[in-house]
Amino acid sequence: MNELLLAAAGLIVVTVAIGLARVLRGPDDVDRLMAVQLLGTGGIAALLLTAYATRVPGVSDVALGLALLAAFATMAFVNLLDDDEGETDH
Amino acid sequence: MTALGDLFSLVAIGAGVFFFFAGTVGLLRFPDSLTRLHALSKADNLGLGLVVLGLLPRAASLLDAFKLVVIWALVLLSGASTAQLIGRALRRGRK
Repeated sequence: MNELLLAAAGLIVVTVAIGLARVLRGPDDVDRLMAVQLLGTGGIAALLLTAYATRVPGVSDVALGLALLAAFATMAFVNLLDDDEGETDH
Repeated sequence: MTALGDLFSLVAIGAGVFFFFAGTVGLLRFPDSLTRLHALSKADNLGLGLVVLGLLPRAASLLDAFKLVVIWALVLLSGASTAQLIGRALRRGRK
C-alpha cells in the first residue's frame, strides 16, 4: 500500500512537471504563474502522500508550510502588475 | 488497516491523481488564460481534496486528520483568492 502511495506521489510530480511546459510557452506572464501555482499544489499533494507512505515525522508540516506560503507568490505578482501599469479605478 | 479502508484510499487518491492530470492537460491545451485558470482551479480544489480524502482514513490520530483538513482548507482559501486576483488582472488587460 505504501508503495502505491509513493507511486501516486511520483505520478503527481511528473504530471505537474510536464505542466511546467506552459512556463516556456507562455504567452503571458499570468500563464507562467499559473503553471508554477499548479506545481505548488502538486507539491503539497506529493508531500502529503510521501508523509503517509514513509511515516517520516515532519513531512506533513512541510506541506502545511507550503500551503501557507502558496498564495504569496501570486499576490506579489499581481501587485507587481498593478505597479507596472498603475492603479486605474481607485 | 482494513482492506475496505485501503480500497477507499486507493479510489480517492486515484481520482485525485486524475484531476491533477486533467488540470495539467487543461493548462497545456486550453486556448486562453481564463479557461486555463478554470482548469487550474479544478486541480487545486478537487485534486488535492481527493488526495486528502483518501489519506484521512490512514491518519494515526485525530490531530493528524485535522492537519490534513487544515492544509486542504488553506489551499482552497488561497486558490480562491488568487484565482480572483488573476481573473481581475486579466480583465483589466494586465498580463
